[in-house]
Amino acid sequence: MNTFGSHRMNTFGSLRVNTFGSPHVNASPPRRILPVGDDALLVELDSGTEAQALHAELTRLRAAGAFPPVRELIPAARTVLLDGLGEPPRQVAARLAALVIPPAPAPTGDVIDIPVRYDGPDLADVAAAWDVPVSEVGRIHSALAFRVAFCGFAPGFGYLTGLPERYAVPRRPTPRPSVPAGAVALAGPYTGVYPRSSPGGWQIIGSTDAVLWDHTRTPAALLAPGTPVRFRIHGDAS
Amino acid sequence: MTDRALVVVRAGALTTVQDRGRPGHAHLGVPPSGMLDAPAGLLANRLVGNAPEAALLETTVNGVALRPRCTVTVAVTGAPCPVTVDGRPAAWGARVRVPAGALLGVGTVTSGVRSYVAVSGGLDVDPVLGSRSTDLLSGLGPAPLTNGTVLPLGAAVSSYAPVDLGPQPAPPAELVLRIAPGPRADWLTDNARTTLTTRTYRVSATSNRIGLRTEGPPLERAIMRELPSEGLVLGAVQVPPNGHPVIFLADHPTTGGYPVVAVVRTTDLPAAAQAAPGTPVRFVG
Repeated sequence: MNTFGSHRMNTFGSLRVNTFGSPHVNASPPRRILPVGDDALLVELDSGTEAQALHAELTRLRAAGAFPPVRELIPAARTVLLDGLGEPPRQVAARLAALVIPPAPAPTGDVIDIPVRYDGPDLADVAAAWDVPVSEVGRIHSALAFRVAFCGFAPGFGYLTGLPERYAVPRRPTPRPSVPAGAVALAGPYTGVYPRSSPGGWQIIGSTDAVLWDHTRTPAALLAPGTPVRFRIHGDAS
Repeated sequence: MTDRALVVVRAGALTTVQDRGRPGHAHLGVPPSGMLDAPAGLLANRLVGNAPEAALLETTVNGVALRPRCTVTVAVTGAPCPVTVDGRPAAWGARVRVPAGALLGVGTVTSGVRSYVAVSGGLDVDPVLGSRSTDLLSGLGPAPLTNGTVLPLGAAVSSYAPVDLGPQPAPPAELVLRIAPGPRADWLTDNARTTLTTRTYRVSATSNRIGLRTEGPPLERAIMRELPSEGLVLGAVQVPPNGHPVIFLADHPTTGGYPVVAVVRTTDLPAAAQAAPGTPVRFVG
């Protein structure tokens, strides 16, 4: 049977998640639940906030044994991927559709505190984009509350949300061949910290001595999805 | 100094330590990694009496040469290649005894890409997140072998599987990949979807453990906007801006921002690992 060429298979019908992120039960738009081969599902949501909420709820349900086994739960910008399903995708899709998902819980774990020297090579460009003096970038950035939306790019690299939309900056037109470990950088709505030296195209505003990834440590990753984070001006006690 | 070890005399083009990988950490950005041709690797482990999770070597095209410090039993599987012990021909795809101090030669493949070398006791390098696999994308696990590398071995096994050899598929002369729909199949034009399943592609020489890259008629997108990063699965068929589909293999990134238009059946991926550059590829919907 050729299922590839047709649009028919591209969603699981009219499945929807009903009460997502809203106290108004009937007000939510439908959520698309997309097939990913024979053993995975991708749930597409309207916002990163909703994706974080679904990931948090699925993680909680899985830990409680209240959801079919799934090998990987991977949140991303607007989606959650369920890979390695323990039940047929259609059954899991039905479970997802029936799920009542509360708004993302307020972070309850310890806030990860990352001291930053705001002296990055792109500080002036970012200050110009924000239309503030260079000295203000660190003050503004370190006053915000962040949260790890998802990880990717490299083990321990978190995409942190919390930057207001007006502070979003584009990637550099040409990526750097080598960005040092500990570089604190911005791209789009995200803040990230490079766990190790690698090529990178984000705008570097500072650096930290915090160890983002250490496979001999438990947990290896300092930042996991859902972790609350604050950046602090290096040397500031508060 | 323990004598339960192997010395790497000739590392070969790219020889890595592999096992069944480190699934379960993708949400932290950790690729699954592991043997690309798992059935071949698992057969090698079974032949020498190892548990399925034992670590072994995965070679690339031109093999490896090893000198064990103790007498070991080995099995070479996967891509067919000449096997020698101190220069004398030995069996491929079967148990071979290598005396302490002798030289095990694993030669250049006669077809296929990757051979597997299992050693009784398994390779006892330090695990990272529960796996000894080398991950070439993110640098986890042991570095690829270099000449002179010493690989410690686990405790000797006391019994072998009740078989001396096992059937193995020949590396593909033509790679047929059965696909199921991916989440972004509708990001291709109707023509492009037809192209994917009716035209022939070829394995690109730029393929590696991260992905099998293809050359052929480029696929045209119907939706041109940027796709925010989303999670990726093993076997995902991703269409980058150049329109040439890439099939993600074990060291694939955990998230990506190009549309995944199809997913190759997991059971067809071992053959993909053995498809040499230039091999014709057909996608079957």
